[in-house]
Amino acid sequence: MNDSDGGLAVQAVGLVKRYGKVTALDGFDLEVTRGSVHGLLGPNGAGKTTAVKILTTLIQADAGTATVAGADLRRDTQEVRRRIGLAGQYAAVDEILTGRQNLEMFGRLFHLGSSRARARAAELLEQFALTAAADKGVKEYSGGMRRRLDLASSMILAPQLMFLDEPTTGLDPRGRGEVWEAVRALVRQGTTVLLTTQYLEEADQLADRITVIDRGRRIADGSPAELKRQIGGDQVEVTVLERTDVAAAEAACAAVSELTPLVDPDRRRVIVPVEQQLDALAEVARRLQAAGVEVEDVGLRRPTLDEVFLRLTGHPAEDETPAQDEPQPEGVAR
Amino acid sequence: MTTDLRPQQRSSAYWAVVDSWTMVRRGLLYYVRQPTTILWQLGFPIVSVLLFVYVFGSAMNIGDGADYTSFAMPGMFAMTMAFGFMNTAYAVVLDKEKGVTDRFRSMPMAPSAVVSGRGFGDVLGAAVDLLVLAMIALVIGWRSDGTLLETLYAFFLLLWLRFALIWIGIWMGLGVKNTEAAGNLFAVAFPFGMISSVFTPPSMMPDWLGFIAMWNPVSSTATAIRELFGNPAPVGGSWIEQHAQLMALVWPLLITAIFLPMAVRRYQRLSR
Ligand SMILES: Nc1ncnc2c1ncn2[C@@H]1O[C@H](COP(=O)(O)OP(=O)(O)OP(=O)(O)O)[C@@H](O)[C@H]1O
Ligand SMILES: [Mg+2]
Repeated sequence: MNDSDGGLAVQAVGLVKRYGKVTALDGFDLEVTRGSVHGLLGPNGAGKTTAVKILTTLIQADAGTATVAGADLRRDTQEVRRRIGLAGQYAAVDEILTGRQNLEMFGRLFHLGSSRARARAAELLEQFALTAAADKGVKEYSGGMRRRLDLASSMILAPQLMFLDEPTTGLDPRGRGEVWEAVRALVRQGTTVLLTTQYLEEADQLADRITVIDRGRRIADGSPAELKRQIGGDQVEVTVLERTDVAAAEAACAAVSELTPLVDPDRRRVIVPVEQQLDALAEVARRLQAAGVEVEDVGLRRPTLDEVFLRLTGHPAEDETPAQDEPQPEGVAR
Repeated sequence: MTTDLRPQQRSSAYWAVVDSWTMVRRGLLYYVRQPTTILWQLGFPIVSVLLFVYVFGSAMNIGDGADYTSFAMPGMFAMTMAFGFMNTAYAVVLDKEKGVTDRFRSMPMAPSAVVSGRGFGDVLGAAVDLLVLAMIALVIGWRSDGTLLETLYAFFLLLWLRFALIWIGIWMGLGVKNTEAAGNLFAVAFPFGMISSVFTPPSMMPDWLGFIAMWNPVSSTATAIRELFGNPAPVGGSWIEQHAQLMALVWPLLITAIFLPMAVRRYQRLSR
């Protein structure tokens, strides 16, 4: 056992994973503080699942090292497995068995023995509000219930560290709320949670700290507030009528923010994140008017995840050409 | 929270056995939860044997005026065992697709139990299948004229074949992408089960087909159990047909020797 890791539940350095020509992880680093909820945010194919699979011992990295829950990932694999819980991208429970039978089976496989496995199953069913449905087949469960059973199955040994891979993808808002509540309950018990998500909102709701991953690399890291200040706050968006006015609009936007505006000449659009939203909006409008620019639309908007990625990486999430420069979270690469 | 969550400390050999039993137990719970699955799984062999016995049976002449029903029933037993690997493959893909396999792999359980549990569980399941089929066969009029020991040994040979095919099932199940693709395995299973002595003696097939049928492991098992049951077992003079008893033991051994390591290797390669 090695607990001299400075309060880190996960410390990964330079993880690399290749699938043939695809590089799923390309020197990925991650530090997760004990007792925190850490969000791993990234678009489709960014490498979130690959990172989780490596850290939960399901696949082996081609390069890099990691300490997970105080145990070395390569040398102490079984110890890592004893200390972590994993809820994968799809609720991994047996559909034919009942909720209770699932939990009892997993309890036996976690080596609790049959009587403690039974007792633990009852506890978890209670904790995740599944007692009423305990003896129904999982087939009859709703998406949210299934997810909760999945979380309960990962919690059998009350692990110090839980991995949740897109825990709410595919759930309706109600199911999403149920899962969020379950995650918060985990955290109250002192469990460290690493959760991946494609939704900025989810990371914002749950996480103390967020790592943004893109193309297998960490491109930003910080508290939600810090990241939002960089990328996620309100933004002023101006669409001008004439393409020739784009430059003037850019100047007007540049004047109200410390950040460089994003310019999309094809759509005759300029976007800039701002802090004092209303003042900034008024100021932009005033400047546009003074410059005699004809405007199609001007307003305040929350950035979409795509824009967040555009700002962080200098390329849209689905763009396949690699970014030329080092990521510049503060500015813009165009 | 009241339950003591410290895992029991035992040797890894102990856990290899206990964990594998937990996996077998899971398979048995399936039968309790969904008893009808048995009928679904046995639907095909039952329907085909009814077809052969009642529809084609009257036109079937396997020589020596032998009774076709007594010939076809052991064939049905053997064919069910042969098709069994599809059930294994399907269960394996389903677990992989649903992420259940990954959950097992992320747990501190004995890694061998996932594979061995499947193996023993499926043999138990096959024993249940055989019990149901034997009762149907008795109703239709099939009888074993062998001694009790011979009869039991015949059922052992059937399970022995099924046991060997488990490894092919796991190997294939880990190889296909999803449950839809697993359905296509029927294209492999069908000729494997049918181009054999299951419903027709190979001597009555065209030469080349008869040759393949003779050397099909399913045929050796079918012929061997017919002899043990004392049912008509018309065989040609070729070496393979003359040594059905021996080959009913050797074929499954050979299949296991080849496919067990291949299945285990594929399982281990999931972590790459
Ligand atoms: N087994 C595999 N074989 C080949 N390529 C793979 C494999 N697993 C992942 N990849 C590729 O690696 C990259 C990262 O995939 P990963 O599943 O980690 O992304 P993700 O961030 O989890 O995406 P999503 O949001 O869609 O779940 C993708 O380009 C994917 O196609
Ligand atoms: Mg994923």
